[in-house]
Amino acid sequence: MNAQAKIHLDRVVKKYPGSKVPAVEELTLDIPEGEILVLVGPSGCGKSTTLRLINRMIEPSGGRILLDGEDVTKANPDKLRRRIGYVIQQVGLFPHHTIADNIATIPKMLKWDKKRITERVDYLLDTVGLPPEQYRDRYPRELSGGQAQRVGVARALGADPDIMLMDEPFGAIDPITRERLQNEFLRLQEEMHKTIVFVTHDIDEAIKMGDRIAILGERSTIRQYDTPERILAYPVDDFVNDFIGNGSTIKGLNFLQVSSLRLSDYPALRESESAAAGLNLLQEKGRDWLVVLDGEGRPVRWASQEQLGQAGTGDMRGVGVEVGDHLKDENTLFEALELMVQSAAGRTCVVDDAGQFQGIVDMGHLNKAIRTAQSEARRHYEELEANA
Amino acid sequence: MSQSALALGNTSRPKKTIDGSRGAYLIDRYGLVVAPFLIAALALVLFLYYQSLDVPNAVTQVRTSLDPEELRAETLRHIEISFLATLLVLVVAIPAGVLLTRPRFRRLAPFVLGIANAGQALPAYGLIVIGLTISGQGVFSVVWTLALFALLPVLRNTMVGLQAVDKNVVEAGRGMGMTKMAILFKIELPLSIPVILAGVRTTIVITIGMAALAFLIGGGGLGITISTGLKLAQDSVLIVGAVLVAIVALTFDWIAACAERLLKPKGL
Repeated sequence: MNAQAKIHLDRVVKKYPGSKVPAVEELTLDIPEGEILVLVGPSGCGKSTTLRLINRMIEPSGGRILLDGEDVTKANPDKLRRRIGYVIQQVGLFPHHTIADNIATIPKMLKWDKKRITERVDYLLDTVGLPPEQYRDRYPRELSGGQAQRVGVARALGADPDIMLMDEPFGAIDPITRERLQNEFLRLQEEMHKTIVFVTHDIDEAIKMGDRIAILGERSTIRQYDTPERILAYPVDDFVNDFIGNGSTIKGLNFLQVSSLRLSDYPALRESESAAAGLNLLQEKGRDWLVVLDGEGRPVRWASQEQLGQAGTGDMRGVGVEVGDHLKDENTLFEALELMVQSAAGRTCVVDDAGQFQGIVDMGHLNKAIRTAQSEARRHYEELEANA
Repeated sequence: MSQSALALGNTSRPKKTIDGSRGAYLIDRYGLVVAPFLIAALALVLFLYYQSLDVPNAVTQVRTSLDPEELRAETLRHIEISFLATLLVLVVAIPAGVLLTRPRFRRLAPFVLGIANAGQALPAYGLIVIGLTISGQGVFSVVWTLALFALLPVLRNTMVGLQAVDKNVVEAGRGMGMTKMAILFKIELPLSIPVILAGVRTTIVITIGMAALAFLIGGGGLGITISTGLKLAQDSVLIVGAVLVAIVALTFDWIAACAERLLKPKGL
């Protein structure tokens, strides 16, 4: 067993009476402390069942569940659940309790004193972005779906559990609000460092939310368990490949940054220079497009050989087409691709913090970066296999 | 509730009932206020009618039957019988409804509902006579037979109310480590109160109506007045008795409706 594993599932089985095939078959899984593990898989694969085995909402028929190395398979389930935050898609706020009372549910069960509970409730409302003075005394039916789930998350955080189980928490929320909640939750997690098990059927959500992803097949068997980058770079079999779907390579670009690229030298000239000088430089370097810089060395336009030829004898002010947005080191290659396909030159400029031209990113860079990521992932799996 | 109302911090209730119609909303909103006036008007009419009868100078049978002391005693008796029967229903039917919705006893539900259904399907007259044969004359027989007759609404509404509680709310409570008892008393029962109370209200009206038969097995009540009026062909006695039963029923229905309103948990 992994020493850092916060949650350890040891050959956990769930078999329903009268059913020949188990719903969950001998699942062994380590969930590292402070990370988000996403369980993702097609409908009916048993991912929710697996999640609910951890807080024993469903009693396992075999195997052991260890939290911090402590076997909780036989512990009092109610007490166990008070230590574990639980968020479900339908939220399930108590309609007859105010927002504050909903959030105070677990602290009250744990018999915290009133002052501490009030402070905790206000703190949590603030944390999830609902001003306490405005929301505390409302009832759940006065909330929108997104607000209700914010309260759901706050309620699960009530007694500050180390572990959170989240069953498609953002599944029933409109796409725009969902994205906002996902981002806010990730930002929250950066401060909280909770150990989170997150269930979804949406591979894109899995890629976005997960520090690690477990792709589950039938009977909750693990088909691949790894970081999202590696899964995208190297799906281990057809099942995983089909599940992550088309465009997985392009999604993988989200995990690579511009800073990882070695930018090649690219012809660039200030617009005060003559068009003829520009044309010469392009011909000398054997390129089609010149980056035209302003007085401060910031890229402003792309100028083609043809455009420079037509510009005649003057300088390059006004020659060429706008370069559009620039990339910086912290941008992802996915963003680079987006800008690239918008650009007239099929390339996009990289600038430093002062906006000065540093170089360009083109398809060759992306291609190379992807191939490197894929071969690294393949090597990783070959090593694993060799060690096994 | 609309977003703009939320933004203004407006927490007023939406102005419509579940079915959304304006008529239902008006009844819901003003019914409780109007009902006591209607009941008072009915009582006034009865009073004027009673005065017009000139009871002290009427024939003996009318004089004894409509003697104010006699009427007061029978009315109180009527209320007492109904109250006891309703109380017995609450004590039996609510716990039974709770038990029959628990996983362990769920299988028994159709069986028990069958008995309760039969209780209500039997003619009340017949049921009261069965009560007589089983436990003899008197209030005790009256109360348990009335309770059996009026059990169904509370039992069924308790079960329906509990079953209608949003499963996700229960799931969330369980997921937070609430014990089964805590879930029952803090979530399921409070959320079922409106439905259960609607059943209680029906039961109250049924017991008050049926208590008019209590006299058959020596239970007393306003049934005596009505039956005297019938037997002796004294319409005035019959009318006074029947209208008194109606007034008692309407009054307690109104009280129950007020309780329904007051006990309904906030936020629903």
